[in-house]
Amino acid sequence: MTAAATAFAVPSVLVFFTSATLIVVGATGVISLKNPVHAALSLIMTLFGVAVAFVAQSADFLAAVQIIVYAGAIVVLFLFVIMFLGVDRREQVSVEPLVGQRAFAAAGVVITVAGLITLMARSHWVTGAMSVSNGGVPIATGQGNVKELGTAVFTTYLFAFEATAALLIIAVVGAVLLARRERTNQGEETGS
Amino acid sequence: MNVPAAWYLVLAALLFGIGAYGLLTRRSALIMFMCVELMLNAVNLTFVTFSRTLSDISGQAIVFFVMVVAAAEVTVGLGIVVAVFRRRSSTSVDELSELKG
Repeated sequence: MTAAATAFAVPSVLVFFTSATLIVVGATGVISLKNPVHAALSLIMTLFGVAVAFVAQSADFLAAVQIIVYAGAIVVLFLFVIMFLGVDRREQVSVEPLVGQRAFAAAGVVITVAGLITLMARSHWVTGAMSVSNGGVPIATGQGNVKELGTAVFTTYLFAFEATAALLIIAVVGAVLLARRERTNQGEETGS
Repeated sequence: MNVPAAWYLVLAALLFGIGAYGLLTRRSALIMFMCVELMLNAVNLTFVTFSRTLSDISGQAIVFFVMVVAAAEVTVGLGIVVAVFRRRSSTSVDELSELKG
């Protein structure tokens, strides 16, 4: 922030519009492309845009996790299931199963988003006390705050962290149980 | 000086709206899962923006947990899609109407 009072640094504006373009174009592709494989690739584009926004707001660790976990694992899982099921044929998106469904959905979404933005614009965007959970110490910006994040996860949120371990184990067991094919006693319907 | 938090919040609201519209209109269960991921990412972006603006690390810690829960949700959800596809040979949610009264 140098001369003009209203000016933000040009790089941060460029980064914002880059990430906004990636996010909006990718998200529009997810909801409009017919082929599920193309939709999954558009989803990767959106996830990269969100990662750019994370880096721009000095959440470096989360940006790395976003790329590794989302783009690297979740979207690959999506693609794996799409290819595994062979459902990469095109969905018929021109027909509308329920009359007026798209119009009602669009109206509801527009009203919700516009109301949210109007509400925030007419009051304060962000309110609250600063740096409550780190004892009044502002988090580091610009040089990464992985250390603060690790400290928070392993002290304040330790119980939640352990609970996510149990959650992941349960999810893996559930997925194996759901996807397993009963090979014995083929004649009768077994399980679900 | 970074851009104001309001820009990122409006962007997150737009992303949430796009994801909600896709969830309401698409018929394929796989695409609907992707739209849920879009909405989760919008909320994550909001959390990170609030974390930056309030200079508080809790927002980023919560985003970390949201990502873990999203991974678990996708694992189980795709397992269900595979199980349903094995019975019905389709992922369209319109054909799952056994519980209709």
